[in-house]
Amino acid sequence: MSRVFVPGDALAVALGADGVAEALVNAGAEIVRTGSRGMAWLEPLIEVEIVGGRVGYGPVSAGDVAGLLAAGMLSGGAHALFLGHIDDHEWMRAQTRITFARCGVVDPLSVDDYVAHGGLRGLKRALEIGYAATIEQIARSGLRGRGGAGFPAGIKWKGAADAQADSKYVVCNADEGDSGTFADRMLMEGDPMSLIEGIAIAAFAIGASKAFVYSRSEYPHANATFAKALAAVRATGGLGAHAFGPNSPFEIELRIGAGAYVCGEETALLESLEGKRGQVRAKPPLPVHAGLFGKPTVINNVLTLATAPWILTHGAEAYAAVGHDRSRGTMPIQLAGNVKFPGLYEAPFGLTLGQIVNEIGGGTASGRPVRAVQCGGPLGAYFPPSLFDTPYDYEAFAARDGLIGHGGIVVFDDSVDMATQARFAMEFCAVESCGKCTPCRIGSVRGQEVIDRIVSGENRSSDIALLEDLCQTLKLGSLCALGGFTPYPVLSALGYFPEDFQRKPAQNGGGLKR
Amino acid sequence: MHKAWDDAAADRVLGAFSPTQDQLLPMLHALQAEFGWIAAEAVPILASKLNLSRAEVHGVISFYHDFRREPAGRIVVKLCRAEACQAMGGREMAEAVLAHFKLGWGDTNCDRSVTIEPVYCLGLCAVAPAALVNGAPRARVEPARLIADIEAMR
Ligand SMILES: Cc1cc2nc3c(=O)[nH]c(=O)nc-3n(C[C@H](O)[C@H](O)[C@H](O)COP(=O)(O)O)c2cc1C
Ligand code: SF4
Ligand code: FES
Repeated sequence: MSRVFVPGDALAVALGADGVAEALVNAGAEIVRTGSRGMAWLEPLIEVEIVGGRVGYGPVSAGDVAGLLAAGMLSGGAHALFLGHIDDHEWMRAQTRITFARCGVVDPLSVDDYVAHGGLRGLKRALEIGYAATIEQIARSGLRGRGGAGFPAGIKWKGAADAQADSKYVVCNADEGDSGTFADRMLMEGDPMSLIEGIAIAAFAIGASKAFVYSRSEYPHANATFAKALAAVRATGGLGAHAFGPNSPFEIELRIGAGAYVCGEETALLESLEGKRGQVRAKPPLPVHAGLFGKPTVINNVLTLATAPWILTHGAEAYAAVGHDRSRGTMPIQLAGNVKFPGLYEAPFGLTLGQIVNEIGGGTASGRPVRAVQCGGPLGAYFPPSLFDTPYDYEAFAARDGLIGHGGIVVFDDSVDMATQARFAMEFCAVESCGKCTPCRIGSVRGQEVIDRIVSGENRSSDIALLEDLCQTLKLGSLCALGGFTPYPVLSALGYFPEDFQRKPAQNGGGLKR
Repeated sequence: MHKAWDDAAADRVLGAFSPTQDQLLPMLHALQAEFGWIAAEAVPILASKLNLSRAEVHGVISFYHDFRREPAGRIVVKLCRAEACQAMGGREMAEAVLAHFKLGWGDTNCDRSVTIEPVYCLGLCAVAPAALVNGAPRARVEPARLIADIEAMR
């Protein structure tokens, strides 16, 4: 009988996918729980295996199931929710799915399914060509860290491989704290095996036999799925005493954070793994020289590591062949907030921001004009539509004081009040500061007060100057990007949307929304 | 969910871990899963197990937003306060929910039925505003509907 693929991704579950699965099972259908394809507005999006491929239906609710079955869904029958072949859907077809090629397609907990879809070839190749050639592949691919800073992965791996020590570690940063981002979560739920394979490749390349994945407590579903995936791989011997060959052990341990954004910063994360307060360490030493427990450590984002298998399988040149300038390969762009077609869109670097927001995203969900777009998480600038010609590329964004970061794009319509957004940036910094630097810890509190005063309209011009000065202090006097980058959302709000800081108090109800 | 502190139960929970400092967060998570909160009694026990000072253990517990030093309600509601949710009316949603239960952020009501906590992104930013109710994800949250569902669980 034709199998039905029902997403088990947290987003689909939040929209009722479990009820859909139950209704299908009760009706006697054979189901497979998968990840999400990334078209959030069509979730729960189910797919049916028919002759010639898979066809989709969505968004499906539990109440639709009886009607779908009556319409002959199991053989691809016509129905109002019919979407055709998902790979041919216009939103999917235009993408270049490398990191997310299998997400939403495979059974995330099946090693066999993973292998049937091309999995484990990257690790096999790495073991064949040896560690030096493996690192060379990663370096030549141009892959840069997808966690935010965009540091070349090959250089990092080489640093740790060259370090001499009795033990080394790979740490996967799955703390994904940036608002507007969810790619790590989707991958851990939809194709966790690719992350496990990527971690194994990194460990083999640097000579580590132990890795940690540091995820966040806000992701209970992803953590449960990832733990099951680890167990499935362990059961096949892919982890354990002989993972890399006879008596060549490798183990991955999943650890969960405890609701601190700053623990996404790599050194705070290492402190947290060691059982300490998540306070940022001064560098040097770099983690590749003295990281976890003082040992050489490669710390990479989920997407960085999960892309390594593809590069080893298809070759560095194939990855480097797409992209823009010094940003090679693809970025899994995450479209969120007030946008008509939200979701995960993987594409080579180089699209313009306007193409992403207006063409791919379809503009706002509310139908009102786009007013501001925050790129790169809570520490990223707010861009107005006048900057929509900016190419999506690390350097091009940086040149405009913007941030690609982890690939999040949050769209706001014209009902947004940018003074409120600026105040929130300061508030977030105050809530999440690790406390080590005074400008970040105290300055962020002062920043909220100054913005309150600006909005209340007393000494506006001198308070605006004070706010700019404070931002300068934060930029210069912060050890990490939490304090150092909070000025970007604040100053971009002030610079591009000055009118929101100039309203008469009566117009904003005498104060800001909290 | 919350339970009163119980030394024997705590011992059972902590027995599963090796006594090294890197186990402190896993231990705290396990204690919170058992009791719903981290009672003050846990501090000296953890300190002696891990050979740390009480101040160090306390410092770790207080650093992380997740660890509750007071019992929570039976229903723990985490509302996302971050930007993608703000763009879809998350602020107004949170205000309505807090006002209905007459609670501030992080507070628990008198009958210990409901706790409302802020959270900064649940990775559900494409279907905002988002919430977690006792760990179950909720998307495109409408305040009236969420309030009714919580009331039905009370
Ligand atoms: C405040 C702060 C939060 C961060 N949060 C994350 C995060 O959640 N995930 C992540 O991968 N990197 C995060 N980073 C970046 C990491 O410090 C680090 O650059 C990254 O994990 C390196 O991996 P990559 O080279 O693969 O990107 C954060 C940095 C800062 C300053
Ligand atoms: S900038 Fe803020 S978060 Fe970063 S190290 Fe300093 S105090 Fe900690
Ligand atoms: S910003 Fe609310 S779920 Fe991500």
